[in-house]
Amino acid sequence: MPGKLKVKIVAGRHLPVMDRASDLTDAFVEVKFGNTTFKTDVYLKSLNPQWNSEWFKFEVDDEDLQDEPLQITVLDHDTYSANDAIGKVYIDIDPLLYSEAATVISGWFPIYDTIHGIRGEINVVVKVDLFNDLNRFRQSSCGVKFFCTTSIPKCYRAVIIHGFVEELVVNEDPEYQWIDRIRTPRASNEARQRLISLMSGELQRKIGLKVLEMRGNAVVGYLQCFDLEGESGLVVRAIGTACTLDKLSSPAAFLPACNSPSKEMKELPFNEDPNPNTHSSGPSTPLKNQTYSFSPSKSYSRQSSSSDTDLSLTPKTGMGSGSAGKEGGPFKALLRQQTQSALEQREFPFFTLTAFPPGFLVHVGGVVSARSVKLLDRIHNPDEPETRDAWWAEIRQEIKSHAKALGCHAVVGYSESTSICEEVCILSASGTAAVLNPRFLQDGTVEGCLEQRIEENLPAGCGFCHIPYDELNMPFPAHLTYCYNCRKQKVPDVLFTTIDLPTDATVVGKGCLIQARLCRLKKKAQAEANATAISNLLPFMEYEVHTQLMNKLKLKGMNALFGLRIQITVGENMLMGLASATAVYLAALPMPGGIQIAGKTPSDGSYEQHISHMQKKISDTIAKNKELYEINPPEISEEIIGSPIPEPKQRSRLLRSQSESSDEVTELDLSHGKKDAFVLEIDDTDAMEDVHSLLTDVPPPSGFYSCNTEIMPGINNWTSEIQMFTSVRVIRLSSLNLTNQALNKNFNDLCENLLKSLYFKLRSMIPCCLCHVNFTVSLPEDELIQVTVTAVAITFDKNQALQTTKTHIEKSLQRASTDNEELLQFPLELCSDSLPSHPFPPAKEHLESARSNSGIPAAQRDRCSSWIELIKLKAQTIRRGSIKTTVTVEKASPMGEGNFRNRSAPPCANSTVGVVKMTPLSFIPGAKITKYLGIINMFFIRETTSLREEGGVSGFLHAFIAEVFAMVRAHVAALGGNAVVSYIMKQCVFMENPNKNQAQCLINVSGDAVIFVRESELEVISTQQPTANCQQSCAGGEVTT
Amino acid sequence: MTSELDIFVGNTTLIDEEVYRLWLDGYSVSDAVALRVRAGILEQTGATAAVLQSDTMDHYRTFHMLERLLHAPPKLLHQLVFQIPPSRQALLIERYYAFDEAFVREVLGKKLSKGTKKDLDDISAKTGITLKSCRRQFDNFKRVFKVVEEMRGSLADNIQQHFLFSDRLARDYAAIVFFANNRFETAKKKLQYLSFGDFAFCAELMIQNWTLGAVDSQVDDMDMDLDKEFLQDLKELKVLVADKDLLDLHKSLVCTALRGKLGVFSEMEANFKNLSRGLVNVAAKLTHNKDVRDLFVDLVEKFVEPCRSDHWPLGDVRLFLNQYSVTVHSLDGFRHQALWDRYMDTLRGCLLRLYHD
Repeated sequence: MPGKLKVKIVAGRHLPVMDRASDLTDAFVEVKFGNTTFKTDVYLKSLNPQWNSEWFKFEVDDEDLQDEPLQITVLDHDTYSANDAIGKVYIDIDPLLYSEAATVISGWFPIYDTIHGIRGEINVVVKVDLFNDLNRFRQSSCGVKFFCTTSIPKCYRAVIIHGFVEELVVNEDPEYQWIDRIRTPRASNEARQRLISLMSGELQRKIGLKVLEMRGNAVVGYLQCFDLEGESGLVVRAIGTACTLDKLSSPAAFLPACNSPSKEMKELPFNEDPNPNTHSSGPSTPLKNQTYSFSPSKSYSRQSSSSDTDLSLTPKTGMGSGSAGKEGGPFKALLRQQTQSALEQREFPFFTLTAFPPGFLVHVGGVVSARSVKLLDRIHNPDEPETRDAWWAEIRQEIKSHAKALGCHAVVGYSESTSICEEVCILSASGTAAVLNPRFLQDGTVEGCLEQRIEENLPAGCGFCHIPYDELNMPFPAHLTYCYNCRKQKVPDVLFTTIDLPTDATVVGKGCLIQARLCRLKKKAQAEANATAISNLLPFMEYEVHTQLMNKLKLKGMNALFGLRIQITVGENMLMGLASATAVYLAALPMPGGIQIAGKTPSDGSYEQHISHMQKKISDTIAKNKELYEINPPEISEEIIGSPIPEPKQRSRLLRSQSESSDEVTELDLSHGKKDAFVLEIDDTDAMEDVHSLLTDVPPPSGFYSCNTEIMPGINNWTSEIQMFTSVRVIRLSSLNLTNQALNKNFNDLCENLLKSLYFKLRSMIPCCLCHVNFTVSLPEDELIQVTVTAVAITFDKNQALQTTKTHIEKSLQRASTDNEELLQFPLELCSDSLPSHPFPPAKEHLESARSNSGIPAAQRDRCSSWIELIKLKAQTIRRGSIKTTVTVEKASPMGEGNFRNRSAPPCANSTVGVVKMTPLSFIPGAKITKYLGIINMFFIRETTSLREEGGVSGFLHAFIAEVFAMVRAHVAALGGNAVVSYIMKQCVFMENPNKNQAQCLINVSGDAVIFVRESELEVISTQQPTANCQQSCAGGEVTT
Repeated sequence: MTSELDIFVGNTTLIDEEVYRLWLDGYSVSDAVALRVRAGILEQTGATAAVLQSDTMDHYRTFHMLERLLHAPPKLLHQLVFQIPPSRQALLIERYYAFDEAFVREVLGKKLSKGTKKDLDDISAKTGITLKSCRRQFDNFKRVFKVVEEMRGSLADNIQQHFLFSDRLARDYAAIVFFANNRFETAKKKLQYLSFGDFAFCAELMIQNWTLGAVDSQVDDMDMDLDKEFLQDLKELKVLVADKDLLDLHKSLVCTALRGKLGVFSEMEANFKNLSRGLVNVAAKLTHNKDVRDLFVDLVEKFVEPCRSDHWPLGDVRLFLNQYSVTVHSLDGFRHQALWDRYMDTLRGCLLRLYHD
């Protein structure tokens, strides 16, 4: 499919003064795509040039269309010397390459210069005509849709979820080329920006090809990252989940097309997989794995179905190949067999999704993670991707084997990351081992069935908690009980996962953000010695992070973690670990025990007293937390639950390992030996510190909640006000007292203070919840720690929240008291009214709510907004020197004001800037996403040689981040969108040299550009006009809010 | 542990009105933090001083970045870097251009030049307004002046269109610009009792009736400069006091009409000729720039003070002035009725506003 790219340069505005003499600029524009360049005429002496150019046409291959960015350079014409560059705009034309997304890119783009930042704006129109040419050997993958969202996008339906796709490309980093010594910083930065843009395009195209090979049409949960390896190169890598998506055409499609369960089962039989790469597996079976009774006698060898994958990295826990464990029952076994075979045809049964279509997730095993330390200067052929490919393959293999050990055949919520310091690189991967429903994984699934909730037979909200592994041969010691929900299956006492809370999970009370923070000093070392030192430290860090998490979880009185993300960062002389997760109380899991403190030397009386004092404090904290988060689970007597399962030993869902370059695997037993789980032993001052630090975490001020998952469990009445933000802090450690303890305290304070600042800044939004709180730690220099946080604050309606929780509790109480017979129906009832079809109440008067939160009286604001609109209107009617109107427009009458506000924005582009919302979540509260316009993936470099003049490091970075936001918004607006969802700042690399008055920062952001319509407006639109018009009306409506 | 860098950037730019006020008032970050602490914010929110410091710094940085845009408010509306809801944009503009009564009284009618700017320290010391805030206010006046000085059309409308002010603020600025352009004296001791509002009121009347724009809407500077021709013509009014018969006739007509209606009738009768001479001479002198500048001094000296010393109530002043200007129409020998009305209508309005303690 070659195509014709058409570009028109309309106008510029707010250009900088380039000619000091005249205070004006003679601007013209170069439009470049691939190797072709066009130029506009020079527009003399104006800061607001009107080029109104012809259509510049580029005839190009679709391969280029995918790889190359459109490059627009604005220059100042100079007769006598070289033309001065004002700035550039890179436009990714990918969204124009698939039919359902944007059809035209048109709007004002900030003109960006890597030295000066944004310098005015330029109005550009871009179109693409694609010609169908199916006969050619395809190198392009035009038409494959990409989504950053880690769930099935809102206006689509998953027909098949194919699985893991990954790709990696390497190039020499322009900043490390010899030529960099002689070129200007601007040229170097631009070379880098352009290269990364090209590499991203190439990467996306290659991934697209893989998706087409798998017969998919989309990538969901697309995560692209850069590794700035330095001398050895620049790596761009991406992972994602290939899917076949169907667009939901009408709202009716949201309703499950209900088939009877029996029919569904009949239709289920396995259809021949058309994918030639996979070999078919046995016949499928009905998935009624909930109806059988527990029969431990049936034995089943896992090995019989797990086939050819070579697991060289078998965990040492004795659960590896060959060990014949006892399985839950024949159905479970069959289910496993079936999915396993479906999955094992894939090299890596991984899914980057964190939220799933109903019924997709059957069981969750626990978190699996793997890390590996590599030396970058040992790469044989640094310009080729092979070595890195091998590294990642190794790690993925390890993850896969861990999952297997947990009795799971798949890994969900999968992600990969790196941390690089000089020539040392830590590669990390983590995910959640899970058992999946095979129906989504194959072709030929029945139309209409997918939307149907599969757990019609499963007790909703607890199925995923049931252990997938064999209880008599557990991969790690765990304390199992019967599920507190259905009382038929076994559940662990705590559950750690990297995914979002399943929408059908039954949660008691609210959740909260939990963080484990840890620093470890390390000697400065070189190469091999350094790598060894790091590898040796890693297990201890993992262990401590895990212990902290567990203790904090107990302290909150909760029993499960979602969205767990453990980041280990390597620096010159230290390692940092930061784990964030959202803790909740799952109704299906047992109530967590308290924390007990035990002293080593019980002889001393005062010591004893101290211990008991601490113990009291801890117990008080737990009680307080339970109240705060409204955790009052129903009491269930022991008889109902049944006797505890033999050997109540310790827990730990984390299975992980480290490997050094040598592939050595260390398996950690995180169970603290035979000790009781909840005893904290205070044997030295270190342990004391730990206990203290446990108690220093202050809960957010009242009215605030925080979580790092998509939504806060227990809050479901979001109002429409959202505020996305990025906050960055860098602290300098005083090098004198660098002990582990001091370091820990500094790091802890840094994070806590940062959170406190956020709560303070956003206090006007109370009651509100910080969602998707994403912390990133980096160690830019010896004594510097940088923490970057991106999150979104969403307001909610307090009154309604109380009501819902009450009913929720009532419901769970009710549930607890009902006997088994009724249990089957209960989940259904629960699904139907408390569940996901309407996570939010219809947006009530978002105008009102937005206004009421702003601090100034509504009346005054009305006045304010009306002047500006009045003035605008006047500006259109009044010409200079027209008749004298002695300001007859006194305060407009209420009627008039109303009219002005409701009027959608005038069509002319320069009237006002449309509002573009940004959020790291996959949805917008109180609104419906009507269209996905394409992926936004942008990379910027900013450099300054006048740091002090730009307000120091804070001024510099503040301005830069604001500019990045502006450029993202401008691109979204140009695509016709009014929001970015699943926004993420993947990298923010900041380097400073205050002595030279210099600083440099690299930022990489991505997200999905969308059009959303307020639910309140949606009703109006659907009754009044066809939805085709909604794009204009909602964009317009936004402007005036 | 020291904080090297500490920033917060929202997709929607957060504006804290309280901090904005402190910033506009010219307080340093540490002063602002101290003031916020004193206002009890720590107790209300449970925040720590460090949090407050960081928050204040952040807002100050944002305001500093916004300041460039606030110098040309339409830019604030069209810029893409800071996403700010329209109501907040209006608030930012309105507060940025708001001024202190004490300050504006000091500079009203002064040339907005470097010289005046140098005196700002004195003004700051005298008024207790920080020098920074004085500078901002002064620069605002000057900026608005520069932008609208050469423009056609209504002064207030021009200001509103280019600075997106509310009606009220646009009219105030029109007065400031008008006073600065005509350099009216307002600082004399005897004028100290007058507020900015009094002057702004007069300015509006004068702009409406005495400027070029009042007769012709197609000239440059129409609202800024007084109508020179009109001022020249005002000399013709002199006949009202120079011609003894006319003056006597005028007096007797006024006295006849007001007899029994005025509490201060006898004082009026005794002072009529002085007052009339005062008002007409003010008109006749307006040909000279110097005398134009002293307009308010003259009005207070020649009319307000004599009346006040005789304790005329405001109602009596109004009755007198109405009668005084209306009666001229009955003077057969007087031919400049239209000129008289144009002069006296405005003057009457101004005098009534200026007449207070």
